[in-house]
Amino acid sequence: MDEPDGQPAEDEAELVHGAPSALSRGQLVVFPERADYLDLVGLLYDDGYRVCVDLTGADYQPYMERELPAGVTRERFEVVVNLLATDTRRRIRVRVQVPEADPALPSIFQLHPGTEAMERETYDMFGVVFTGHPDLSRILMPDDWEGHPLRKDFGFGRIPVQFKGAPPAR
Amino acid sequence: MGLEDLNHNFLTGRIEDLVKWARRNSVWPATFGLACCAIEMMSTGAAHFDLARFGMEVFRASPRQADLMIVAGRVSQKMAPVLRQVYDQMMEPKWVISMGVCASSGGMFNNYAIVQGVDQIVPVDVYSPGCPPGPETLMHSILTLHELIRTGEITKRRGAAGAGAGVHVTERRVAVATPH
Amino acid sequence: MTVAETSEGDQELLPKSRTAGVEYLREVGAVLRIPHLPEGIEEVPTDHDTMIINMGPQHPSTHGVLRVMMELQGETVLRCKPVMGYLHTGMEKTGEELTYLQGPTNTTRMDYISPLFNELVFSLATEKLLDIELPPRATWIRMLMCELNRMSSQVVWLATNGMDLGAVSMMIYGFREREMILAFFEKVTGLRMNHNYIRPGGVAVDLPEGWRDDVLKILEVFPQRLDEYDTLLTGQPIWQERTQGVGVITTEECLALGVTGPILRSTGMPWDLRRDQPYLYYDQVDFDVIVGSYGDTFDRYAIRLNEIRESIKIIHQILDKMPQGDYRVQDKKVTPPPRARIDESMEALIHHFKIFTEGFRVPEGEVYVAVESPRGELGCYMVSDGSSKPYRMHIRGPSFVNLQALPHMIRGALIADAVAVISTIDPIMGEVDR
Ligand code: SF4
Repeated sequence: MDEPDGQPAEDEAELVHGAPSALSRGQLVVFPERADYLDLVGLLYDDGYRVCVDLTGADYQPYMERELPAGVTRERFEVVVNLLATDTRRRIRVRVQVPEADPALPSIFQLHPGTEAMERETYDMFGVVFTGHPDLSRILMPDDWEGHPLRKDFGFGRIPVQFKGAPPAR
Repeated sequence: MGLEDLNHNFLTGRIEDLVKWARRNSVWPATFGLACCAIEMMSTGAAHFDLARFGMEVFRASPRQADLMIVAGRVSQKMAPVLRQVYDQMMEPKWVISMGVCASSGGMFNNYAIVQGVDQIVPVDVYSPGCPPGPETLMHSILTLHELIRTGEITKRRGAAGAGAGVHVTERRVAVATPH
Repeated sequence: MTVAETSEGDQELLPKSRTAGVEYLREVGAVLRIPHLPEGIEEVPTDHDTMIINMGPQHPSTHGVLRVMMELQGETVLRCKPVMGYLHTGMEKTGEELTYLQGPTNTTRMDYISPLFNELVFSLATEKLLDIELPPRATWIRMLMCELNRMSSQVVWLATNGMDLGAVSMMIYGFREREMILAFFEKVTGLRMNHNYIRPGGVAVDLPEGWRDDVLKILEVFPQRLDEYDTLLTGQPIWQERTQGVGVITTEECLALGVTGPILRSTGMPWDLRRDQPYLYYDQVDFDVIVGSYGDTFDRYAIRLNEIRESIKIIHQILDKMPQGDYRVQDKKVTPPPRARIDESMEALIHHFKIFTEGFRVPEGEVYVAVESPRGELGCYMVSDGSSKPYRMHIRGPSFVNLQALPHMIRGALIADAVAVISTIDPIMGEVDR
């Protein structure tokens, strides 16, 4: 398949605004530190990446040895942000490591209001807390659900029906 | 005075049969479309398959006016209480068709989010297999239901028969007197 | 009488007195820097002037199980908040349990109006990880099926949108047209919906005998029917009254919210992934990207109607260009052996068995692939850990993101227009909640 993403030249794929980067199947990926995440998204915004297409997470607990550029510490959670520049038709992906002990990340809601629902979904599914989000509540699961379903240690199979305030099933 | 004085024709029968005949021929389904199956339910109601042939084309938006709930699609844990509430709002006598494997058994989604069979929440009369059941399958299950109504009892109350398979939601007393 | 408890707590639209400051600012549009209050709202009223009403999740005009809570002052909608998750199916979790070959069975059930696009995006992501090249015929078949699916999806939208706005006959017509395409799909894939036809490595089967005539028949009938819709709706004053100037949104708002598809194009921005980041062979066909100019409901109606015409144009070109050849890649790693070989060769049988039980291994890596579905950018983010099942499979549903535009489009509108606005976003709840 030919390259749809209009990729930048090779030399750019080294450091993006001071953060290590890599090409994954020809797609540009940046790995900022958690502290630099907000600034990096802001700088990319100024570079023309004005649309936040997607924000999601991943739980790497049983797969910690994944491939990362040198200098990036492996953590259990990752938040993956896909940005799009509509005028240059380029895409860039930001992968931030979020430690299990303190699963928190600043919200990029002020820059990209469209991440409102996506950050809520990531919170709901992985339990990553987005500080500064205007309304961080569950979005897909019922409000009083326990656990975060897409974490790898959350059971997969059948579970009994949960009813609010219902006496235990016979 | 005997019947021989009447000068029209007449038929004799049991009132029960008459009631069943009337019920069978005017089942009003509630729209309870949830997922992919709902689209097939809509196509069944539309021109090509024409549910009006069975007197079933009036899908009521309000559960108060309906006596058949076609659960068309997968029921999530979040939707389950809503479904039960809609069922409770429907008038007796009422029937439930579980359309599609998801509603019947969870289907291919045997996971944390989906209720594994809507019969855990409401009593089901007819299960309609398929993913999605084609309009023909849905029509067949509707005809099966008609047959059930024709041959069933007319006075059995759901509540007494253990509606909802033993799952009880929060009871809240409402000021309106309930006929019990 | 039993009344089930269905409260969702913090997920609901709370009275202003209980809404946090930031969230409230967002809802009154401060984040998008709307400089003035929209027309029809003179001043910010207090809680006891207004009323919060609930629409859904079981409501005929919410296209499934969407629940919208609205704060009304008289007939004007002040704030609104969609509450979703009533169809959450856990598909991303299920996707981690299925092999790559079984994956499309799962994803096809997300956006059930346009199932083939979901299969396509999953397969494209897998193929990108595998780094395999498809035979041309497979790609052209994919394009053919997707464009037909786009047509059937848009007529279903026309049908339900018509019904929501009171044009009930449109509902009957829309589904009549859809049946025609579904009959063809059934002939090709064996199913009317949820086909599992596009799979990693190609498509499931070749097109059947006589497919060209069937497609030509559809292409012949559709333009006439579209003209009928024009007569029925486009020029009709009631229709125009109900849609023009309703649910207006600007390009800046759309981009800030990540909204794509017909909603973005209705604001005048020609952004269509088929043209701007071509996938399959969309760079080899000629078509127009339809844009609107006012960003209102009527524009979006016109765009969807005319996109059917563009799809017809594309399909005509596909018919001309459809080559002979394989319908799936002949790579032993990915493709099961042909059916006839299984009867005569033990190896083929074992190979077949292995592919369908264990699946094939996909090299480590992660990709994001996007296609233009009838609703906007449909993306798939896939992580592979080198095994035969995706380590993480995430679908970026266009409806999920587009639904965020609802509070902005509805604000200041009349309650009767709320139905028109919800319907114009075209949310498919299967894809919103996944
Ligand atoms: S049974 Fe199949 S078609 Fe019906 S809701 Fe479930 S997945 Fe969709």
